Amino acid sequence: MKKSLNERLAILSDAAKYDASCASSGTTKRDSSRSGGLGSTEGMGICHAYAPDGRCISLLKILMTNFCIYDCAYCINRSSSNVERARFSVEEVVWLTLEFYRRNYIEGLFLSSGIIRSSDHTMEEMVRIARELRTTHNFRGYIHLKSIPEASPLLIEEAGLYADRLSINVELPTDAGIARLAPEKRPSGIRKSMGDLRLKIEAANDPTLQTKRRKRFVPGGQSTQMIVGADDANDSTILGTSARLYGSYALRRVYYSAFSPIPDASKNLPLIKPPLMREHRLYQADWLYRFYGFDIKEITESQPGGMLDLALDPKLAWALANRARFPVDVNAAEREMLLRVPGLGTKAVNGIVSARRFRRLRLEDLARLKVSLKKVRSFVVAEGWSPHRLIDRTDLRAMFEPQPQQMALF
Amino acid sequence: MQRVVLKGRGDFEAWRQPARALLQARVAPRDVEWIEEGRADGDLFAALPPYPSAPSQLLSGRLSLPPGDSRAVTVPRAFVLLAESVVCHGDPARFGLLYSLLWRLQEERSLLAILSDADVAQAYALEKSVRRDSHKMKAFVRFKEMETADGPAPRRRFLAWFEPEHHIIARTAPFFQRRFTDMDWIIATPKGSSAWDGERLTLCEDPAENPMLDDVTDALWLTYFANIFNPARLKVKAMQAEMPKKYWKNLPEAALIPGLIAGAEASVAAMAARAASQPPLFHERLQMAAANAVTDVPIVATGTLDAARAEARGCTRCALHCRATQTVFGEGPDNAEVMFVGEQPGDQEDLAGRPFVGPAGKVFDGMLGEAGLDRSAAYVTNAVKHFKYEPRGKRRIHQKPDMGEVQHCKWWLKLELDLVRPKLVVALGATALAALTDPRQRFSDLRGTVLPLGVDQKLLVTVHPSYLLRLPDEARRKAETARFRDDLGTVARLLSAAAQTTTNPVGNRFIGV
Repeated sequence: MKKSLNERLAILSDAAKYDASCASSGTTKRDSSRSGGLGSTEGMGICHAYAPDGRCISLLKILMTNFCIYDCAYCINRSSSNVERARFSVEEVVWLTLEFYRRNYIEGLFLSSGIIRSSDHTMEEMVRIARELRTTHNFRGYIHLKSIPEASPLLIEEAGLYADRLSINVELPTDAGIARLAPEKRPSGIRKSMGDLRLKIEAANDPTLQTKRRKRFVPGGQSTQMIVGADDANDSTILGTSARLYGSYALRRVYYSAFSPIPDASKNLPLIKPPLMREHRLYQADWLYRFYGFDIKEITESQPGGMLDLALDPKLAWALANRARFPVDVNAAEREMLLRVPGLGTKAVNGIVSARRFRRLRLEDLARLKVSLKKVRSFVVAEGWSPHRLIDRTDLRAMFEPQPQQMALF
Repeated sequence: MQRVVLKGRGDFEAWRQPARALLQARVAPRDVEWIEEGRADGDLFAALPPYPSAPSQLLSGRLSLPPGDSRAVTVPRAFVLLAESVVCHGDPARFGLLYSLLWRLQEERSLLAILSDADVAQAYALEKSVRRDSHKMKAFVRFKEMETADGPAPRRRFLAWFEPEHHIIARTAPFFQRRFTDMDWIIATPKGSSAWDGERLTLCEDPAENPMLDDVTDALWLTYFANIFNPARLKVKAMQAEMPKKYWKNLPEAALIPGLIAGAEASVAAMAARAASQPPLFHERLQMAAANAVTDVPIVATGTLDAARAEARGCTRCALHCRATQTVFGEGPDNAEVMFVGEQPGDQEDLAGRPFVGPAGKVFDGMLGEAGLDRSAAYVTNAVKHFKYEPRGKRRIHQKPDMGEVQHCKWWLKLELDLVRPKLVVALGATALAALTDPRQRFSDLRGTVLPLGVDQKLLVTVHPSYLLRLPDEARRKAETARFRDDLGTVARLLSAAAQTTTNPVGNRFIGV
């Protein structure tokens, strides 16, 4: 008997939850006030709900189908899994997206799919959904489409006309890891697809001579995801791969997804609790690389085994390994160095740089900039404050580590 | 002491008018008491009529303006934006705070840039709270569909009940108008309501009551919420930080949360217990089909450039392939008279899969043209076929390939030389020279010389066009560019000389027209 829409929604959202991305930001500003239709994107993303896993729910994240001809060991939908299978029709996905949107549950659609028949067939169906939403229903909300590996460049190009973002997952940090766990995937094909997309996005961004207008093509850029902890790659390898992906393909984001046990799992995989703290540290390191002027090597070189310290955030770990660079004078230091002070984020640094043109800053001023004094005081000099020999203390690390907890008596 | 009574519903104009008048009258902030109507704890001020219905009491006594003093009060635009937001906050101290800022701004024009100032920090804290509340309204309003009115083409009608912390309805309603343009909607809250009918956006200040509507589509949303949740990564605190409990009562999905948290551990345990089972039948069929699949790689005759190119696509002779996008093989006719050998593909070449298409390629093309040479008749390739680089932020910095990589890749270069058999090979730069000859020879000794290479084959040594791009000194660049142009002139001369001595009827087709 055919499963009801509700039953299929359960299966196909369960199947989609291992993709971490739910971003709805960074695309063009647009709305429906002139078209009289439905939907808007106003720069900032909106998270309409949060699940108890702490993840934001911004988009209707579903698979078109979870039938798949690939057999990737880490994936719940791999062909050898006995997970229950289902598929949506094009019309059903369109209906769900619009009805969810009207009730303000979501910002838009994040559509992915298992690969059925062929890559091109699957991609064609996904593009049809996006086209229906945009052209038939005048939908101006957010659309994120997953590019199917090996799909034809023409289909990707059409997808880019409707989608705000396209993504294709590299899944694992090394080619060897992919060969072992995802035998049907070709890492070089994935890189080629990302390279092609970067060239197309750049070409669309060049204003044409006649109109000076830029063509709308994947305005939210491309992203990818790497699974952490399914293979034995260390953090240094993972971050190195991220840096290469950012540099090579102008990705907006690399998502890290702690490998999470899946039902009916393959025997090749560690069925442990997902390494959530490791995932968190990787995101922090990723931010240091993209917004704080750190090199991946700087972040990882002092870390044994190329693994980030789980007890301390990577900036603090770097500062403790490079004490000679501290303390930093908040009233005089260069912006680049302020960004390297543990406890100072980009906003606080902007606040400091802006305020110190008019006043000498004291510790209390930093507190008003929402800086944690506990963290920052050992590393800075301010008006009326000097850490003296705090920075040389041998127990400085212990001051920042989480307090040890007494074991429960048994 | 001046007293101003305001309604306090987030109306910026209601505050601006008395504030402007007070400032023009030079009333210091400490001499003004701002009172929110209905907030005065039942004391005598509660009976006062709100400003501006009684302006006389404001400008009374010694504080009345000197006649003719109507100096315009100016403030930075940022202050207006800040104040418009802060007046929406529920904090009774907000009016006084804004007036203090306004007062101080007259002397300290850059005050708002000093985010560490106590008043400024406090104002921005209120602004942030209002912004957040408005953002959460955009996120957590849940529309329920109402029965549609009769008519020829009825618009669908929706109603939402929301409980904001601050007076944000007027600020936030236009967002819903821009987004839900094709439907009629009402958002009712205890702090006023807003409605849209396709033509007009209306606001009402009266508190509304919860209409307690049901919508059948909520059931699908609940299904989605329960299934998109991953029980193996329970992070309740992270959820509550972004979706505080105060909003839960109007979110249909929030009713599921306690059950999902309570059942998380059990469902992870159940997942672990269900170890891998026998793969389904279609998996076996797929594996069989894959094993017997006819490869769709076009079959090309071995010993041709196309075959070599196809084979090179999967080259893993050195580790560079893992980092590059693709193999960048040489291109050009298989009977070209001249072969140009560069160092390695760059950023653009790596993406496009073709040699010499980036900035250095543009220089190269331009200068070939000047020398009367036609690129499409030449074979252009690189000593190393994969891009070697170091990521630096959003860019890739070119790295020189090492001798090991050059040696590994020589295999392909030799194959290209054997298949094309050019009369003249041009080494562009030291890496190309090392790949083509004995690596111990010094590039600077051989620059500009013509050497024998193979049977009836010559080698010309010159610089790589990217070298010209990297020279910072203008005069030096000009001189080096001229030298490179001379070298290309030598190429043209050698080719035409070869064309005259050869019997090959197409021998001189390389010379441009």
